[in-house]
Amino acid sequence: MFDWKWDFTWEILPRLVYATGNTLIAAGAGYVIAVVLGLMLALAQRTPSRGLTFTVREFVEFIRSTPLILQIFFVFYVGPQFGVRLSPWMSGMIAIGLHYACYLSEVYRGGIESVPKGQWEAAIALNMTTAQKYRRVIIPQAIPPALAGMGNYLVGIFKDTPMLSVIGVAELIHTANAIGSENYRFLEPYTMVGIIFLAISLPAAGLIRLFEGYVRRKLGL
Amino acid sequence: MGLYDFLAQYWPRLLTGAGITVAQFLLAAALGVAISLCMGLMKLSQNALLRGAAVTYIEIFRGTSLVVQLYWIFFVLPLFGLTIEKFTAGYLAVGMNIGAYGAELVRGGILSVPKGQWEAALAINMSPAQRMRRIILPQALVNMLPPWGNLMIELLKGTALVSLISVADLMFEARQINSSTFLSAQVFGAALLIYYVLARFLVTPFMRWLERHMARKLGRT
Repeated sequence: MFDWKWDFTWEILPRLVYATGNTLIAAGAGYVIAVVLGLMLALAQRTPSRGLTFTVREFVEFIRSTPLILQIFFVFYVGPQFGVRLSPWMSGMIAIGLHYACYLSEVYRGGIESVPKGQWEAAIALNMTTAQKYRRVIIPQAIPPALAGMGNYLVGIFKDTPMLSVIGVAELIHTANAIGSENYRFLEPYTMVGIIFLAISLPAAGLIRLFEGYVRRKLGL
Repeated sequence: MGLYDFLAQYWPRLLTGAGITVAQFLLAAALGVAISLCMGLMKLSQNALLRGAAVTYIEIFRGTSLVVQLYWIFFVLPLFGLTIEKFTAGYLAVGMNIGAYGAELVRGGILSVPKGQWEAALAINMSPAQRMRRIILPQALVNMLPPWGNLMIELLKGTALVSLISVADLMFEARQINSSTFLSAQVFGAALLIYYVLARFLVTPFMRWLERHMARKLGRT
């Protein structure tokens, strides 16, 4: 490549590595929120209350069909209008966690629905309480079929973290923008960001597949 | 200011923005479908070179983030003497990104066509091109349409990112109105609703209609 400057690349690399850390933290924290909240959203759709099921369903549909970047802006700017000031990190984590919680709730729902009816009946026959039934019979069997989807969304959340740059979270793209405008050079920072994304998401996808196979073998499937 | 008063004052700008969003969506969808078909067929090719090219394309576009791709196309390509106008860069990036995801759907759809259909086409002396066009692709299309519905929603959400390179779409107009009025809840709320309406009442019903229509054409009702 004719205009690539290696010395500049080495000079900006430490800042990009630092930003990669922030990106990974954002993806990790967002994913933890999504995993927990998603389970709640999935279980809320299984209560006997029709109204609750309907409301949660529509909410999940709404979040899933509107852009994450708009949700990030919404969370960040609407708070201050009502006197609640959230830091960029805080609002970013809420928005991205909630967005992916809705996706994960669908994955869980699919997993729970894939547990054969006989298992539910057996749990009732053993006189288990609802909590016991889910914790000891249903959820352990619902996890293996849900693993592939969960893994895909882990990589998905990582690839969506650049949207947090718009409210000032110092992740990779935010740092690359800053480097670019300080030095009037965009080739190296943006290309390096692309390479860093590839270097993380491709092995991560492979590792997730290995982990999935391991869990399946462990559970004797 | 209530939502009604807000809309009465700002609806022309939101509507213009929504128009640009729809234009971006249609152009990116056309490009995405074309790329999906091309890459999906290449990935199934006997030729290792074509297969390698398709795998590289798919992994690069699925392994990095759409924001990164958008910035790269808009800010880095001009350095190689390829200046692309922002509107074009917008749908180009979104379409190329969706094309990589769609390619996997096309591949899966083609592989899902029963082997007997391939053999039957061979038996009546069709050339490979005829066989693909007249026997395999129509059946593959029906099989892969349901996941395409989800992908089209992802595409619509993806177009919101073109606002980052200042294409004046709905997201961009919403940000502009927000920064001049600080009516964040109203403007972002209205924009969320518009995206939701586009996804739920235009894109999804159209894809459902297409599924039914194609199934009927193949006599599978």
